[in-house]
Amino acid sequence: MSNPQDPLLSVRNLGVVYNTSQGPVHAVSNVSFDVRENEVFGIAGESGCGKSTLIKALLRLLAENGTATADRCTYRGRALMDMDEEDFRREILWQEISMVPQSAMASFNPVHRVGDQVIESIQAHRDDSRAQAMERAAELFDVVGLEPGLLKSYPHEFSGGMRQRAMIAMALSLDPGLIIMDEPTTGLDVLVQERILRRIREIRSELKSSIILITHDIAVIAEMSDRIAIMYGGEIMEQASAIDLFENPHHPYTLGLKNAFPSITTLGTELISIPGSPPTLVGPVQSCPFAPRCPFDDAICHSANPEAKEIAEGHIVRCAHSADAARFRELAKEKSTWLS
Amino acid sequence: MSSSGASHKLHGLRLALGEHYRIINSNKLSQFGFWVIVVFTVIALLAPWLAPYDPWEMTYDSEGNFASLRPPSWEFPMGTTHLGYDLFSQLILATRTTLLIGVVSGFISIVIGANVGLIAGYYGGKVDEVLMRITDILYGMPFLPFIIVLIALFGRKLEFIILAIVLIIWRTSARVIRAQAMSIKQRQFIQMAKARGASDFRIIYFHILPNVMPLLLLYAAFNIAWSIITEASASFLGFGDGETISWGGMLYELWLSGKTRVAWWWFASPSVCIILLVVSLVFVSRAYEEVANPRLRKR
Repeated sequence: MSNPQDPLLSVRNLGVVYNTSQGPVHAVSNVSFDVRENEVFGIAGESGCGKSTLIKALLRLLAENGTATADRCTYRGRALMDMDEEDFRREILWQEISMVPQSAMASFNPVHRVGDQVIESIQAHRDDSRAQAMERAAELFDVVGLEPGLLKSYPHEFSGGMRQRAMIAMALSLDPGLIIMDEPTTGLDVLVQERILRRIREIRSELKSSIILITHDIAVIAEMSDRIAIMYGGEIMEQASAIDLFENPHHPYTLGLKNAFPSITTLGTELISIPGSPPTLVGPVQSCPFAPRCPFDDAICHSANPEAKEIAEGHIVRCAHSADAARFRELAKEKSTWLS
Repeated sequence: MSSSGASHKLHGLRLALGEHYRIINSNKLSQFGFWVIVVFTVIALLAPWLAPYDPWEMTYDSEGNFASLRPPSWEFPMGTTHLGYDLFSQLILATRTTLLIGVVSGFISIVIGANVGLIAGYYGGKVDEVLMRITDILYGMPFLPFIIVLIALFGRKLEFIILAIVLIIWRTSARVIRAQAMSIKQRQFIQMAKARGASDFRIIYFHILPNVMPLLLLYAAFNIAWSIITEASASFLGFGDGETISWGGMLYELWLSGKTRVAWWWFASPSVCIILLVVSLVFVSRAYEEVANPRLRKR
């Protein structure tokens, strides 16, 4: 049995390589993080930074040309990567780790009633009768704020927000230890988004599940998470508690992201975007992935990929110049810094 | 499964039947086809009670004369053969054989085709490679030499005729359903089902199969039509079951008798029946095709 102080999920040096016709693509590399019991761990980053690949690797849903490797990847002390396919499917998937997918719209089978799809996972993992499973599904619908009568509807009869809530209900169905939410509010309007987030917060205070929240929306992640990891080019650039990350950011990329989002205190000031585009990730990484877009880059950044350093309790930065963070923070406020 | 589950299934079935009713009534031709199929089915089911004579009984007219090669009349609605057999009775009993062969081989071939297609499409890779090469080999197999060899080896038996038809016609349904399965496999709800811990079996039969159903029904109808034509050609060439009578077999008897030029009625009735039934099946499947392929729909 695992020690209660141990993290729920512990990942060390996870890498994912896709074999493509243009050569190997290192979609995720050197990713290490822990998710503790009953916390929300946010992973933020722009499109194509490897967020979704990361969770696909954890759930073994990678496309056929993708392979995942890790020094360690344990859930409650069990090594996930070493489990055989059948055990993983029966004992881990949904039972222990469930997910809310990116687009709930396309995630329901159009030919089956929503209820039948919600109970599918319950019946697959438990010996419940259909009636028992339906009862459980009705409870879950109640938890996410949907009429239990809607279980008899087809997916096309649901609105986007309803489908998203039904997906959350589905993810809760087996009381998993960990729920991975991949952009749970993308594609929803702000009001529905707020309602869904409030629902997630309520659920979190009632249940004991931990959540990995993946999004490109810094506002959402700041609001919801206990700890946050910022990803760029398939690697975690900075990792810290939510407060630490926003009050004491160290990595230039984090500074850039902060600039690019509006906040109430800086209302009226112009937002600054980070020029350039994300790396293609083809071939092995020989430098800091952010160096080409970093305003503070020098020769060291381009010659070697920096090691991750723990600069304070739980605050990990992957930057060769993390000691200069205070100076960077001042410079990063100026638009001219980013444009030069 | 509980009783509430059963009633739920029944409700689903009723909905499904309503949907079929709507598809069939969507145009005049499919309505016509549907009723022709119903009539033939009723005839096939009630054949022994409907036929006025035994199909191999030498008949005599009301005046006591041997009724050889009589054209259609009130007494013999479809005429008689040179041996005095009543063609109307033969036609009715032949309906049973023809429909039986059509439905049985149509059904078996669609079951094989669907499974091969779903498995090849879902697993891909080596499994797909092997199964698709087998269908390729079947595509290269000419039907007549195949059935001639099969019948020569095993004899003129109904089972072997069905076997020969099934072995040949499942190939097209397998290919089409494989293509459809491959595209559905890429949809996100399949990945979600995998994330939910659904087994491959469950994904194939609970998630993919219902999504290829319209196509499956369409090909079932095609397969039945094709089986009927195939059976007729085989019987006409003398490879039918000698014990039973079929429409193609009736034409074979005509050919053997050498009366083709004289007895037009002997030739007409089985031919019309074959054409009518096959065309009806095609009309009905056309209506289903519009569901499977919305591009055909009238705008």
